[in-house]
Amino acid sequence: MKKLVLTLAALAFSAGTVLAQDVVRMGTEGAYPPFNFINDNNELEGFEIDLGNAMCERAGLTCEWVINDWDTIIPNLVAGNYDTIMAGMSITEARAEVISFTQNYKYGDPSSFMALAGTDESVIESGVIAAQSNTVQAGLVAESDASLLEYPTPDETIAAVRGGEADAVLADRAFLAPFVEESGGELVFIGDQVTPGDGIGMGVRQSDNELRETFDAIIAEMKQDGSLNELLIQWFGEDTPTF
Amino acid sequence: MRTCQESFDAYFLRPLGREFGENLLPRGLEITLCDQIFLIGGGLIWNVYFAVLAILFGFFMAAGVALAKFSDNPWLHRPASGFVFFFRGSPLFIQFFFFYSAFLLLPRVGFDIPLGFVTLTIHTSALTTAQVGGLIVLILNTTAYSAELFYGALRSIPKGDLEAADAYGISGFTRFRRIIWPTMLRLAWPSYTNEAIFLTHSTTLVFLSAFPARQQSGEAFYYARYFVDQTFNPFVAYPLVGLYFVCLTLLIVGIFGLVNKRLNSHLPQAARARFRFRPQYVR
Amino acid sequence: MFAFCVEPDLLPQWQWFACYLTSGTHLAFYWSFLVVMLLLVVVAPLALGMGMLGALAVRSRFFPLSWLGKGYVNVVRGVPDIVFFLFVPIALGQGIEYVLHQINCPDWDQPIRQGNDFIVCREARFPGVNASAWARNVYAFGMAAIAFALVFGAFVANTLHGAMQAVPRAQIETAEAYGMTRGQSFRRVVLPQMWVYAIPGLSNIWQILIKATPLLFLLGIQDAVFWARELGGAKTSLYTYPHPDWRVWYFLVLLVFYLFLTWISERAFGRLSDGLSRGQATAAGERQRRAAA
Repeated sequence: MKKLVLTLAALAFSAGTVLAQDVVRMGTEGAYPPFNFINDNNELEGFEIDLGNAMCERAGLTCEWVINDWDTIIPNLVAGNYDTIMAGMSITEARAEVISFTQNYKYGDPSSFMALAGTDESVIESGVIAAQSNTVQAGLVAESDASLLEYPTPDETIAAVRGGEADAVLADRAFLAPFVEESGGELVFIGDQVTPGDGIGMGVRQSDNELRETFDAIIAEMKQDGSLNELLIQWFGEDTPTF
Repeated sequence: MRTCQESFDAYFLRPLGREFGENLLPRGLEITLCDQIFLIGGGLIWNVYFAVLAILFGFFMAAGVALAKFSDNPWLHRPASGFVFFFRGSPLFIQFFFFYSAFLLLPRVGFDIPLGFVTLTIHTSALTTAQVGGLIVLILNTTAYSAELFYGALRSIPKGDLEAADAYGISGFTRFRRIIWPTMLRLAWPSYTNEAIFLTHSTTLVFLSAFPARQQSGEAFYYARYFVDQTFNPFVAYPLVGLYFVCLTLLIVGIFGLVNKRLNSHLPQAARARFRFRPQYVR
Repeated sequence: MFAFCVEPDLLPQWQWFACYLTSGTHLAFYWSFLVVMLLLVVVAPLALGMGMLGALAVRSRFFPLSWLGKGYVNVVRGVPDIVFFLFVPIALGQGIEYVLHQINCPDWDQPIRQGNDFIVCREARFPGVNASAWARNVYAFGMAAIAFALVFGAFVANTLHGAMQAVPRAQIETAEAYGMTRGQSFRRVVLPQMWVYAIPGLSNIWQILIKATPLLFLLGIQDAVFWARELGGAKTSLYTYPHPDWRVWYFLVLLVFYLFLTWISERAFGRLSDGLSRGQATAAGERQRRAAA
């Protein structure tokens, strides 16, 4: 009897230490302010970094951040390089086929068109619209009659509008807002906002049910006690939709 | 689910523009293997376009630059050396970026060139497209690398050949045409094959750096990245584009190998004992 | 870094720049240049070694070896290096973990490929589950070096093979006339003389290798190009040092860096080529002789 109890205790103890020892690696892009970016001290900063750290603290996990560029972020999750994705990733059906998502921790960001002041709104239907390649926005423009101009990075889409290559750029409103504000009237939003998707969630491997449930429960907890809303308002301003 | 024939009709020529195939690229779950095969294969058209034109223009320009660099005249030697140094010295990635930024700054005008029966209008805005601007960068890049190869070959021409030419009284342009030029080509050819292969592979970088893809018309690698992004599976699209390029490379190696044989045909080759069928008919 | 950098918004021009250029991210940018040079120093001998093995294999009269050499050279030369760099690290990493899995966890009954996921037991994870960030960086760097050496080794093999063929046949015939075996004639006659024919091609490959290092960022390594794009992009006031699109300046710095590397390489190869041409019966050797006379 004693032996059994001791063995069980040893097993429980080792299981506990195994969980405590295993570092949970969080994958992010590091190039998408204000969600996640590398600040001037070469540290990761942003809404998702704060949220991720808070969640790990609540779950009692040791978390480590890993930077991975956007194009390979899902294949590398699936290959096991890290365990989660928190990179401003919208929950879409196509992605949900390959990875699992927790519930959303932010309502879908509306996308907006930004153009030089004085641009006619008809360019949205028939002009040249710039977008970052392999994003939801690029797909949206491709579906319309406008001519899509795809660039590898978001910076180049903005430079294209400034330089006259494109009539407007379609991107997340939160990403474009600082450019509009700080351009002194040169860049403006035109047209309507494009309806948001299912929200931003954390991606995990489909086989990682335990991890997903852990984080899911914590997100629900943070929605309940208002701490998530605090973070949202801190990073996105008063107007952002809260839970 | 699309059949392979439908995929072919819809996507094989799509890289040339929206008018040539299905407007929208296949998305998410509806992507079939045939979609990937034909769309990536169709994208090869642009790779071949870039490679063939760059090699053609680059070959002749490189020959000129190499001769300029080899000459004793400093007015020819210095600019040629500088050109080769600059374009060999900087990464293609960065060259694309700088040239694109420079083309963006040009005023958007159209030049009318009267050819008598028709007036050709050239728009400077074409320079910011990958098909023109990217091609220009590739041409300049391959000219520099090839010129260096040709220059090295010029330095390696056997002294005996030149002396024999002098002994026969062959000089000037005839000497160049009959002795220097063929020998230079012969010596440079294996490395030039390498350069041609590198150039063909570099065409995959055109849409990776600064030049935008218009209406989702790009080259093979652009579509491979698109499929990897849509299906999240790199184990289909990348090997596929690799396979296409292996075939393209083998084609280049084959063609250049034929030329290599022609260039070396006057030299004694390592003799291989051939099996001669010599039956004894009459004892 | 400096004492006055605490309140960057209030600083005059040059002090702002002093603080900006010594920020944490900029120090990482400067460090990444050393990473690039370290990669070159590691990959060059590896590629040369692989290339020599490849060239010898292709020349070999032992049929399977010759086929292996030709296969390696043609397949690796055939695939664009960027596809290689994107595909090989994932494939190689999974391959290593698969092998470790078979060794360490023989009683694992679940399939490794679950849907899209690649799952192996904890002991098979490589680098280990609790490896430090430094170990992971070295691992990523090692993968990059292997990928580069594999790709460029094939091109070096091709160039060396061409150089071996370019040694005038008369030299080999003379060696045979003197009764040297094939191996001896190769070691004593072909090998020393082939370098003058190989050098232009090798110098070209070296230059191409230098210019291929910007693709390191695709391998997830924070190299100079990664930082140039990152730091140069327009920065809003979320950052400590906001600025407009300065990518042109950062790429200019990269341009100067690579031109400098090229210039040094050209000087070195030029010296090498001159040394090898001296006394040779080629146009360049003849020029040197006439210049000295």
